[in-house]
Amino acid sequence: MITLTVNGVRHTLDIDPSTPLLYALRNDLHLHGAKFGCGLGQCGACTVIVDGKPTFSCLMPVAAVGSRSVRTIESLGTAEHPGPLQRAFVEHQAAQCGYCIAGMIMRAQALLERNPKPTEQELRTHMEPNLCRCGTHMRILAAVRSVAGLPAPEPASAPVTISKGL
Amino acid sequence: MKHKRLWFGAAGIAVAGIAVAIGIMVRPSIAPIDPPAPASFDPQLVRAGARVVALGDCIVCHTAKDGKPFAGGLPLATPFGTIYATNITPDAETGIGRWSRDAFARALRTGIGRNGQPLYPAFPYIHFTRMSDDDIAAAYAYLMTREPVHATAPANDLIFPLNFRPLVAFWNVLFLREGAYQPDPSQSAQWNRGRMLVDGLGHCASCHSPLNAIGGEQRGRAFDGGIVDGWEAPPLNALGQAAQPWTQAQLVTYLRTGRASEHGAAAGPMLPVTRDLATVPVEDVEAIAAYILSIQKPATARAAANPLQRAATTPAAQRGATLFQASCAQCHGPAAPMQSIGERPTLSFSTAVNADTPRNAIQMMFNGIGWHGEDTLNYMPSFIDQYDDTQIADLAAYVRETYTDRPAWSGVDAMAAKLRKEDTAR
Repeated sequence: MITLTVNGVRHTLDIDPSTPLLYALRNDLHLHGAKFGCGLGQCGACTVIVDGKPTFSCLMPVAAVGSRSVRTIESLGTAEHPGPLQRAFVEHQAAQCGYCIAGMIMRAQALLERNPKPTEQELRTHMEPNLCRCGTHMRILAAVRSVAGLPAPEPASAPVTISKGL
Repeated sequence: MKHKRLWFGAAGIAVAGIAVAIGIMVRPSIAPIDPPAPASFDPQLVRAGARVVALGDCIVCHTAKDGKPFAGGLPLATPFGTIYATNITPDAETGIGRWSRDAFARALRTGIGRNGQPLYPAFPYIHFTRMSDDDIAAAYAYLMTREPVHATAPANDLIFPLNFRPLVAFWNVLFLREGAYQPDPSQSAQWNRGRMLVDGLGHCASCHSPLNAIGGEQRGRAFDGGIVDGWEAPPLNALGQAAQPWTQAQLVTYLRTGRASEHGAAAGPMLPVTRDLATVPVEDVEAIAAYILSIQKPATARAAANPLQRAATTPAAQRGATLFQASCAQCHGPAAPMQSIGERPTLSFSTAVNADTPRNAIQMMFNGIGWHGEDTLNYMPSFIDQYDDTQIADLAAYVRETYTDRPAWSGVDAMAAKLRKEDTAR
C-alpha cells in the first residue's frame, strides 16, 4: 500500500510502487490538472510541487514520495475563486491550448513561495524547464511578473540572456 | 671562535637563500600599451586564433555562469580555497587591453602577469608553455578583437600563506618546464600535432591526472585520471579497459559531439570542452584521438562485453529497480526508443556505470545534463531534489548490479551526501 499526502489530504492507495506520481494523481485521485506531455522530464506539463520544489511528476515513482507533501494546481483555487497566479494567467490570457498551463503555474508558484521578489533573470532561469508549444511564453512571463510585482523589461534594454547548463 | 665562524656561515647561507628567493620571485612588469585597435589585426590571424582559443578551452574557465564570454569571474574551488578566473577581454582597466603581445606570451609561457606578479597555476601555463609562437600570436589577435567587457573578478579567497602570490615562484621551480615542443621525427605529423594539442594547448592532463598535496600534477602519473569540480576525469591511458575498448572513431565522435554510442555522453566539466571541439577542424580532433590512443598503458584488454540485463538480487538493487522503472526506464530501459534509434549506449557500456567509483554515476543522477542552447544534443533531467542519498544509492546499486559484471560499489550513500553538499554550494 502506498500513502500519499496530496493537497493536505492523506490517501492510501493499492498501486504498484513504481507507478509515476502523475498516474496516481490523474487515474487514482482524479486530479486532472497535471498533464502527461513527453513522459521524459523534458516538457514540464506534469509539474507539481513536492516538498516545496517543482517536480516532474511523470518521473517520480510513488514509492519515492514518502512523507513529502504533494501539491497540485487544484490546491491553488477554483474556477469561482482562482488563486493569484491563476487569476493573473486569466487576465493576461496566458493560455492558448492550455495543456502546459497547470505545470507552468505550479513551477511559478514554487518560485514565488521561495522568492516572492525574483529578478527577471531569476524568473526566466526558473521557468526555463517548462515548454509551451503554442508559444505563449511572453504572456506566461507577464502573468507571473504581475503577481511578483516585477516591472516588464524595457523594450530598449539589452535582452536578458540565459545560458543553459554551460 | 669556531662557533662564530659557523654562525657567519649560516647567516651567509640565509642571505644567499633570500637573494635567490627574491631573484626567482621578482619579475619585471612589462610596460602597458594602449589597447590596439581591432582593425590592426590581420583577419586571417584572428580566424586562426579562434581555432587556437577553442582548442585551449579558454572560454570554459574564463566565463562565469550567465556571464559575458571571456569576462572571467568563474569560481574555481581548489583544496586551497577559491580562486576566480580573470577577465581576458581587451578591456583596458579590468581585462588584458593593456597587455602587449610579449606580456601575453610571457603569461602563457611562464605564468607571470603583465605586472610581474605570478599567476596562480590553476591557469595551465605549465601546458601552454608548449604552444608555438604562431599559436600564441593568433590567440592574442583573437582575444584582443573580442568585445571589451568591464568586469572585475571577485578577490581570491585562498588560505594563508598561498594568498601571498610570490610564493607561486617556488611552485614553478618544481612544476614548470618552459619551452615549446620540438617535433619528434620518429612519429607522424598527426601524432606530433596531437601531442601538442593534448599536452600543450588542450592541457588535458590538468584535469585527467591526479594532483599532489600542493596542487601539482603527480610526476609519472599523467593521464591516470583526476577529480575536477566534483566529477571524476577518467584515466586517458586505460581506454582499452572500457566495457567496449575505445576506438579512434568513437573517440573522435565523442570529442566533437559530446556523445559516443559505445560509452556515453559528456557531462560535467567535459561537456563544454566538447562544445569547443565541435568548432575546430576535424583533423585537429583526429590528431588528439590518435595521440591519446598512443599513450595507453600496456594492459590485458578486456573482451568486449555484451549488453547485460540481469534481474536485481540484493535488497538495495531491488529497491532501486522500482525507482528506475519510473524515473529512468523511459530512456535507459531496453525497450526505450532512445536505445533502439537514438544511438545511445546501453548502461552496460556506460563509462560512469563501469567506473571504479560511483562518483560520476551519482553526479549524473544529481545534475543530469541541462539544456544548453540550440546545439543541445543530449539532455537528462536532474534528480537531486527528487531523490535522497539512500535512494540514489539504491539506484546506483541497481544499475551496477544489473547492467555490469563489475563488483558492487560501497559507501555510495556517504559519497552522495558529500557530493550533494558540494554541488549545492557550487
